[in-house]
Amino acid sequence: MKQNEAAIIEKINHFLSEEFEVEKDKITPGGNIKEVLELDSLDYIDLVVVIENNFSFKVKPEDFAGITTFRDFYDYVITRLSTKEPA
Amino acid sequence: MGIYSCIGKTLEEVRDSLYTGRSGIVLDPVRKEMGYRSGLTGYVERPVLKGLLDRRSRIMLPEQGEYAYMATLQALQQAGMDDAYLHEHEVGILYGNDSSAKPVIEATDIMREKKDNMLIGSASVFQTLNSTVTMNLATIFKLKGVNFTISAACASGSHAIGLGYHFIKTGLQDCIITGGAQEINEYSMATFDALSAFSVHESEPQKASRPFDRSRDGLIPSGGGATVILESLESAQKRGATILGEVIGYGFSSNGEHISNPTVSGPVRSLEKALLDAGMNAADIDYINAHATSTPAGDASEAKAIYSVFGDGNVPVSSTKSMTGHECWMAGASEVVYSMLMMQHGFLAPNINFENPDEDSAKLNIVKTTTEKNINVILSNSFGFGGTNSSLVIRKWSK
Repeated sequence: MKQNEAAIIEKINHFLSEEFEVEKDKITPGGNIKEVLELDSLDYIDLVVVIENNFSFKVKPEDFAGITTFRDFYDYVITRLSTKEPA
Repeated sequence: MGIYSCIGKTLEEVRDSLYTGRSGIVLDPVRKEMGYRSGLTGYVERPVLKGLLDRRSRIMLPEQGEYAYMATLQALQQAGMDDAYLHEHEVGILYGNDSSAKPVIEATDIMREKKDNMLIGSASVFQTLNSTVTMNLATIFKLKGVNFTISAACASGSHAIGLGYHFIKTGLQDCIITGGAQEINEYSMATFDALSAFSVHESEPQKASRPFDRSRDGLIPSGGGATVILESLESAQKRGATILGEVIGYGFSSNGEHISNPTVSGPVRSLEKALLDAGMNAADIDYINAHATSTPAGDASEAKAIYSVFGDGNVPVSSTKSMTGHECWMAGASEVVYSMLMMQHGFLAPNINFENPDEDSAKLNIVKTTTEKNINVILSNSFGFGGTNSSLVIRKWSK
């Protein structure tokens, strides 16, 4: 894993743990993000907000359709960051 | 009943503050930096809700919702109503609230800056609606009865209790959580400050609220949460509840005149209706908790109204706003709690800072110092912008 990716994952785990009040050790790559974070329909809005606040790119709620595990989420963020247009 | 206010966060603390005449008023430097004409305010500490409520419940509660939650927790505990009881019975909620300024301003800031409304987040809409307190508490406590907010400016909390009384009296509900909540943050009172309605006696914050005193120069905003649980006699007796008092009269009226200038005739009609509803004469009232907010015009009008209805009957009158400041949307409910505490513990709380009467208050029996007294019947006044008036009569319960 690239060092940059490790830092991104660490950052994600940190803000998810803070925002959704879940212990960091409960967040594992294979874990189900909806179940571990106990997300309901409203929480996905807050997920959009924390991503924007931390990584400065916009997320559409429908983007979450293909995300099941934390690994999926990391990949989604990393891909979006790599294709992000310069500000 | 339950209370979370600038003079105490429990019934016991508030009882002691009322007895000793302790003021909860401070000078807030943040307000002065923001350009407030007056930086005076009641000070209420935000409760720590982590551990009491889950994240979703917490983030949807605005400041005044937190206070209302704390007051309601206390009230339910005192009433002996646990989660199982609330689950199995149709308990309603009618609560007074008339603003949620801070969440509205914070959402507007994001809207203007980001141009993407999703970034306002999921909780804001539930904080900004005027019915935020009832929608949140009904969800948290899983209530199944009547559920709406009463917005009637500074009479909101009083009308909430009055409406709850009618819902029970007419048999529509057996039990209703009533009360009032008031935000106290630096955003919430700027529009009120714009009217130059606040006292500028900033050198001595605790002496600034002086209802009925001739040197009064304005009200002091304050806030918190106050809850009063109303229940039908049959229901309360069936479950062996401790009954504190009985709402026996609710009077209401509208001035039908200016939006902010008080009248005498409006409150007179409210007082007369309350006495009529209670089946009582003026002489039957042992104590009046006045609305008196410490404004020159408002207190004078209320003094005239009380004198018009009660005459020289010498009924003791005090405004607990001398200690609390004006708890606005919450005041009608908190002042019922204050009056009930006096009734329970046999004393009249002083109208602190009342040093010299004016020509109107000189005709009333204003309580200057804490006085031991057996109180059987209290009357509580609340008046608000738009000329809305509410008067409640409550009698001590005796089998």
